[in-house]
Amino acid sequence: MGNHAVSWGVRLSRAEVIAAYPITPQTQVVEELSEMCAKGDLKARFIKVESEHSAMAACIGAASTGARTFTATSAQGLALMHEMLHWAAGARLPIVMADINRAMAPGWTVWADQNDSLSQRDTGWLQFYCESNQEVLDSTIQAFKIAEAVDLPVMIILDAFYLSHTYEPVDIPDQAEVDAFLPRWVARYRMDTNDPHSYGALATPAVYMEMRLRQQEAMEQALKVVDEVDEEWGRRFGRRYGAIESYRTEGADLVIVASGTITSTTRHVVDRLREKGEKVGLVKVRMFRPFPTEAVRRALAGVPQVAVLDRNISPGHCGIFAEEIRAALYDLEPGQRPVIHGYIIGLGGRDVRPENIIDCVDRTREAAKSGRPPAREDVWVGVQP
Amino acid sequence: MSQVVIKDKIPQLELVASGHVACPGCGGSLAMRLVLKALGPKTMITMPACCWTIISGPYPQSALSVPLLHTAFEATAATASGIRAALDMQGDKDTTVLGWAGDGGTFDIGLQALSGAAERNEDILYVCYDNEAYMNTGIQRSSATPWGAWTTTTPAATPKSHPKKDMMAILAAHRVPYAATTTIGHPVDLIEKVQKARATRGTKFLHILAPCPPGWRVADEETIELARMAVRTRVFPVYEIENGQRWRFTVDHPGDPVEPYIRRQGRFRHLTPEQIRLIQSDVDARWDTLKRRVEYGA
Repeated sequence: MGNHAVSWGVRLSRAEVIAAYPITPQTQVVEELSEMCAKGDLKARFIKVESEHSAMAACIGAASTGARTFTATSAQGLALMHEMLHWAAGARLPIVMADINRAMAPGWTVWADQNDSLSQRDTGWLQFYCESNQEVLDSTIQAFKIAEAVDLPVMIILDAFYLSHTYEPVDIPDQAEVDAFLPRWVARYRMDTNDPHSYGALATPAVYMEMRLRQQEAMEQALKVVDEVDEEWGRRFGRRYGAIESYRTEGADLVIVASGTITSTTRHVVDRLREKGEKVGLVKVRMFRPFPTEAVRRALAGVPQVAVLDRNISPGHCGIFAEEIRAALYDLEPGQRPVIHGYIIGLGGRDVRPENIIDCVDRTREAAKSGRPPAREDVWVGVQP
Repeated sequence: MSQVVIKDKIPQLELVASGHVACPGCGGSLAMRLVLKALGPKTMITMPACCWTIISGPYPQSALSVPLLHTAFEATAATASGIRAALDMQGDKDTTVLGWAGDGGTFDIGLQALSGAAERNEDILYVCYDNEAYMNTGIQRSSATPWGAWTTTTPAATPKSHPKKDMMAILAAHRVPYAATTTIGHPVDLIEKVQKARATRGTKFLHILAPCPPGWRVADEETIELARMAVRTRVFPVYEIENGQRWRFTVDHPGDPVEPYIRRQGRFRHLTPEQIRLIQSDVDARWDTLKRRVEYGA
């Protein structure tokens, strides 16, 4: 299952300190890691903290002292961490976390949507949305390498149950090969009694802004590093993912943009529609932060109609991927700029079936006939009347 | 005679530099100076929002000669746990991890993380320097503020209407290997307790009374004397607890009347004689409880 893929990724990455608190649907991650630590398969200190806030605080303490550090959470737990997510990123600590995408309460829910992680968009973490369990494992290992190269924390995100609890075959790389890909982390700065410094001290208006600028520069650098790391991963292990992926977009007059497990269903829909001769393609957005603006522009420039599937909602506005993609494409020449159709789908774990995605395609075609922009930026799909 | 003893007992080592930005007469800054004298340079500190966030100096300065990791208000004990875990992985058993928080960061917002660390028996030393209110933000009441005290959120017309939380009993209930109280007016006692804590594995908790001139509405030169009066009156008894079981007084508590101690402080100016009698009877009752614990165990 996806949760085991996370644990194996952490084990192969030789994390040294883990601090985590259990929450459905993340629990197998911490259970499996506990087993690995208990058996000595993973030589790490696992701090079984009393809350997610403390989990991230402990990760911050450990990473500040030079340890490769990991945690995992979901939904309410991620929200409780919020303050410390800013802290980890602002302190430039390469902490890696798995977030199992789960909708936010109330009502109580444990099922998939992206509002938990997207609510943490502006905390300064890199975000990767995974489509398969193989991608989860590979991305977890890549995450440490990326994080340590740019001194920023990385969040690996997988859909509740659709990935976290679904079994599928996963190739587990050899430890020696992973070691060659991901050497031991040597922190540039760390707590050291032989070289004492103060970390996170009061930053007056005279210095604060430059700290945030360095952070933003590191995010920009990450765009390049993510590609390099993915390229090296491909060379060593034969699998690549990219920040985004275009699937059968050649000559497409309509491209669907998706993320997470909805992507696999969309691939299937695209194949079916292509068989019928429809010029439909798919763009998968894997990396949401830093936002791959240039890659998205290259992938979608000149496509007449773009349908964005959002398993999330920014209340009072629209789907969050749609919002960001619309902004990224605004600067294209008018003739190159697609019409964006935003669909809200699958909230709180509601099934997203092929027919729901075909419904989005049909609605997009219908709206396109009018020649005017869509009447709404958020069209809700698969809801009860 | 006593001066000779103090000179022998208190290390010459200074790990707090001059030029820090504490208020004149600050009890909290003296507490840090004494604790670091006892711990030495193999110490790593983490501290949340508190007076010391400011006292230690703004980026890029530091008034401390040991590493310092600032953390969020409620996160001291959890952050310290993370530092400890990293040091353990590096095979460093010698460095002391010191969580350093005020009373707000300990009694209130940081209590959950502290309870978690104490239950896990993390090998850290947690020091609460207690000035009995949120002094850094401008004297707001905390759960360490004594009954009857004025603060900016408990105005004199409706002063603090609940007694100070019994933090030591909470720590004792966790059965941590070592917990103790002391004050900045008892430097030898303080140093000995820190040294004992340093030699003990597991969670150590030290509660240091650190009077605050602006917050207590007293003169700068009165802090040490007030700390000693708090002990002599049994308002703040000085004792230690091993494994939550063995309670022991470590200094004398003659039981002076509380009234002169209360009257010295502007934060109690509004209290009537009747209210001061109430404080006396509360102090007496708490003392009886504490004495029983010392005599018979928890």
